[in-house]
Amino acid sequence: MVLIFADQADGQIKKSTFEALSYGSKLAAQLGTTAEAVVLGAVDNASLEALGNHGVSKVHHDANAAFNQFDAQVYTKAIAALATQAGAKVIVFSSNTSGKALAPRLSANLKAGLVSGAIALPDTSNGFVVKKNVFSAKAYANVQLLTDVKIIALSPNAFGVHATGGTAAVTAVSLPADSGKIKVTAVEKVTGTVPLGEAELVVSGGRGLKGPENWGLVEDLAKAMGASTACSRPVADAHWRPHHEHVGQTGGAIAPNLYIAIGISGAIQHLAGVNRSKTIVVINKDPEAPFFKAADYGIVGDAFDVVPKLTEAVKKLKGIA
Amino acid sequence: MKILVCISKTPDTTAKIAFTDNNTKFADAGVQFIVNPYDEWYALVRALELKEAGVASHVTLLTVGAADAEPIMRKALAIGGDDAIRVNAESSDSFYIASQIAAVATEGSYDLVLTGKETIDYNGSSIGGMVAELLNQPFVSLATKLDIAGGTASLSREIEGGEEKLETSLPLVVSCQKGMAEQRIPNMKGIMGARTKPLAVKEPVAVEALTTVVSFEMPPAKSGVKLVSADTPEELIRLLHEEAKVI
Repeated sequence: MVLIFADQADGQIKKSTFEALSYGSKLAAQLGTTAEAVVLGAVDNASLEALGNHGVSKVHHDANAAFNQFDAQVYTKAIAALATQAGAKVIVFSSNTSGKALAPRLSANLKAGLVSGAIALPDTSNGFVVKKNVFSAKAYANVQLLTDVKIIALSPNAFGVHATGGTAAVTAVSLPADSGKIKVTAVEKVTGTVPLGEAELVVSGGRGLKGPENWGLVEDLAKAMGASTACSRPVADAHWRPHHEHVGQTGGAIAPNLYIAIGISGAIQHLAGVNRSKTIVVINKDPEAPFFKAADYGIVGDAFDVVPKLTEAVKKLKGIA
Repeated sequence: MKILVCISKTPDTTAKIAFTDNNTKFADAGVQFIVNPYDEWYALVRALELKEAGVASHVTLLTVGAADAEPIMRKALAIGGDDAIRVNAESSDSFYIASQIAAVATEGSYDLVLTGKETIDYNGSSIGGMVAELLNQPFVSLATKLDIAGGTASLSREIEGGEEKLETSLPLVVSCQKGMAEQRIPNMKGIMGARTKPLAVKEPVAVEALTTVVSFEMPPAKSGVKLVSADTPEELIRLLHEEAKVI
């Protein structure tokens, strides 16, 4: 059985979970076994049954209030108990913020080999070999998992979400729920935009925009497209934009379907954070900007002239002109 | 309070990535190695700040690697830290490395183990969580803030679309990222002092690896950029819609 950890926050299943479910159910089909999910904490029954739309036949749900706040130590014990009890052979996580805490803990707990940042289904022709990103996505490694039980943490937006139709059978379970040592005191969410790590479309600005007063250009294009906004490191360091928008080697690494870089030269450290984007568009007035080498589409031109025209073209396309 | 800072040797961020030996080994000839930026800028500097503030009494740097990791440890010691330990072993398996760190942490009774959020070579984000599980301690991943007062640690960590503030007890394992501290440039006094700081070499504890890297490969090359004239930006939107199908 393939067990997928279905991650929730405030009772809502996280978007990255649907991709993990899609991956896990395809993997189960490949291995000729079933895919099941585990959910910890309060989530309504309709949302649990709907996980069947991504290929899982069964959802193990423990609604214990002890799981309503995230504590990797407490969660790991519960998932380990279920995985052992239900006979899971492969456990799948999204390598999101929870997965990065849980997958390694569970690996050490079960002495189960872990590959994190997986980007494809395993090759089982000779052992169990999973491809993952290494060197900040400048290369791949093929990692063999040597243990009987295996853990895969899937790189977000590497596999895609597949809908299969169907509903899952929900089973209430009672797993070990220790009182944890972590007490959450506050949660601060950036409101109004899609979290950058989950965004499919991202419009990003760099020093070429000359100052924070010009960010309307980026925001207008992002708004017309329904995209999130991001920025390069010098922009965040100069406090033109908040730090959570910084993408690159030392900021966040993202993998949207479309990344539009405006006035960003494309230093290797910046590329390391965005080179997993499916399509990269670069707008820069310097034709020698290194970013063009990593781009799929480009415009050599002045952002102040080009970007408003792009915004108008997007509005026209979407019929919102 | 004693802090153990985990340090990894990684290729410089601008290093050319290539492989040898039938794509089974990183081609390290001519490559400059550095202290993994997340370990250096965030984990190490925050540990030093905690010592300077009188919260920590001792900061030890730890790496698991061969003798060629020692210059990197001296570089890290030039930024700060009281002493260093090198566990004399090389492995690409996170569980093997984490087991070595856990053994050192137990032996030295450290109250706080700090790691970077990931290394820039293997990008595993795995060591901290494994160490915490092996030590049966709480783990805070992707932390952007860490303060300690009266035996209680107050932290902020990244979550999807925001930040969570939390409190927990020591001993504790934390993986550190941007926000935690600011990069420090070592001064001449630090560089001179680092030469004489103790760097102990320990032999590894026996652990089975759970994984092995079979091979590396390069991603398929980009087919080249398609340039659109600045006079017709709407053509770009058409291509994104009809050809790339991303909008």
